[in-house]
Amino acid sequence: MRLQFVMSEIRVGLRRNLTMTFAVVVSVALSLTLLGGAILLRDQVSAMKGYWYDKVNVSIFLCNKSDAESDPNCAKGAVTADQKKQIVADLDEMKIVDDVVHESQDDAYKHYKEQFGDSPLAATLTPDQMQESYRIKLTDPEKYEVIATAFDGREGVQSVQDQKGILDNLFTMLGMLSTAALALMAVMLVVAMLLIVNTVRVSAFSRRRETGIMRLVGASGFYIQAPFIMEAAVAGLIGGALACVFLVLGRFFTIDSGMALSERLTLINFVGWDALLTKLPLILAISFLMPALAAFFALRKYLKV
Amino acid sequence: MIRFDNVTKVYPKQNRPALRDITLEVERGEFVFLVGSSGSGKSTFLRLILREERATQGQVHVLGKDLARLSNWKVPQMRRQLGNVFQDFRLLPNKTVGENVAFAQEVIGKSRGEIRKSVPQVLDLVGLGGKEDRMPGELSGGEQQRVAIARAFVNRPKLLICDEPTGNLDPQTSVGIMKLLDRINRTGTTVVMATHDQNIVDQMRKRVIELEKGRLVRDQARGVYGYQH
Repeated sequence: MRLQFVMSEIRVGLRRNLTMTFAVVVSVALSLTLLGGAILLRDQVSAMKGYWYDKVNVSIFLCNKSDAESDPNCAKGAVTADQKKQIVADLDEMKIVDDVVHESQDDAYKHYKEQFGDSPLAATLTPDQMQESYRIKLTDPEKYEVIATAFDGREGVQSVQDQKGILDNLFTMLGMLSTAALALMAVMLVVAMLLIVNTVRVSAFSRRRETGIMRLVGASGFYIQAPFIMEAAVAGLIGGALACVFLVLGRFFTIDSGMALSERLTLINFVGWDALLTKLPLILAISFLMPALAAFFALRKYLKV
Repeated sequence: MIRFDNVTKVYPKQNRPALRDITLEVERGEFVFLVGSSGSGKSTFLRLILREERATQGQVHVLGKDLARLSNWKVPQMRRQLGNVFQDFRLLPNKTVGENVAFAQEVIGKSRGEIRKSVPQVLDLVGLGGKEDRMPGELSGGEQQRVAIARAFVNRPKLLICDEPTGNLDPQTSVGIMKLLDRINRTGTTVVMATHDQNIVDQMRKRVIELEKGRLVRDQARGVYGYQH
């Protein structure tokens, strides 16, 4: 196959249908931007959930040495071995407790590193600054209050936290946002595919003389179809590249600069650039495979080979 | 070269067959006129040879292959051994004469060196040497048909199928085209030509096959166009 010949056919074809090509590029770009956004939103939610979120309902944080100086709840010093034993014994007796996991300072340090590894705060932390904790799974997550009343204010206990309550609403909202983005993406993608089918039909019609001659001199079906399929794939790829640019700019202006969410919301662990960049090949792959496939099926209907 | 065995073709949604029980054979190197009034089945006959259509009954053999058994993906290979010339030339108006001829080679993946060699050669053969860079619109009808013949012949087909190649040309020009086709025939290429041109058929004295309402009514060596209708 002569590459140069095929390339020139593609160029001519794209130019001939400039308005259609533009529509395809824009709709592919928008739909894949939404797809990338939705995937990144999901990543963000799971990054924020951290290590314990899906595993436990309530956490009892114990006093450490530095808390003893700074936190009034820990005025009597760091937690002792006896106090810990008492807490475990008490938890064992409570029927609503399903499971208890002890997180040592070293464990806490490890999990923190995993979640916030690249934040400047993490670099200065040492394991003995971390809090020991008991992570508790309840038979009934709504009964968090029972644990709170039993352990809040006890010696050696710094605080009792219901982890889900605080973040559940936010996560539900982010989840819905991501689902909405996916739904919109699906609609846009269908629109993009229909546009491609239509583009192929128009260009198959406008080139019927060429394809008719190709058929009669014995060009293979693949050779006749390739320019149409490549046209759609190239238009899609341009759209996909645009989507990548949108995503990169979008992240840059909301999180890093512009709205600068990473400076305003320092406690939130935003998904990193690597999470975004690793999605881009996927988006590019979809951007030319889907249109190529749509064109292929359109050709079966509109182009006799 | 071509063999029809009891071939019948019925188009869907039509009661009357376009071809009825046709049996004939065309040998390698023959020149055959296909005559008959409009609707007599000439086009269907040619379309069956090209495997644009398949016979409803009977067998069509072209170049030794049973077209009914030829799988779809092998059809292009078969068509590379056939050349086609039409009444309306079917040139690409936005390509030059040379590009039009080269197109037939490009789309079957011939190398550029090969194309550069064979295009001027075949244009010389059809009498258009040096007109490579002209656009088809600048040429006369006869010259355009010569370009079309060059395109059909550039891949050196074994069989040339012409559907009323002189239908749009004046008698003088038609004679020129016929001389060209005769020369191509003498190189060993089989030519099948559907025509309404009585003068040409009478002058050439080649084999004549006449169809009428889908039936083969005459197959005559060194024949004439027929009786006055």
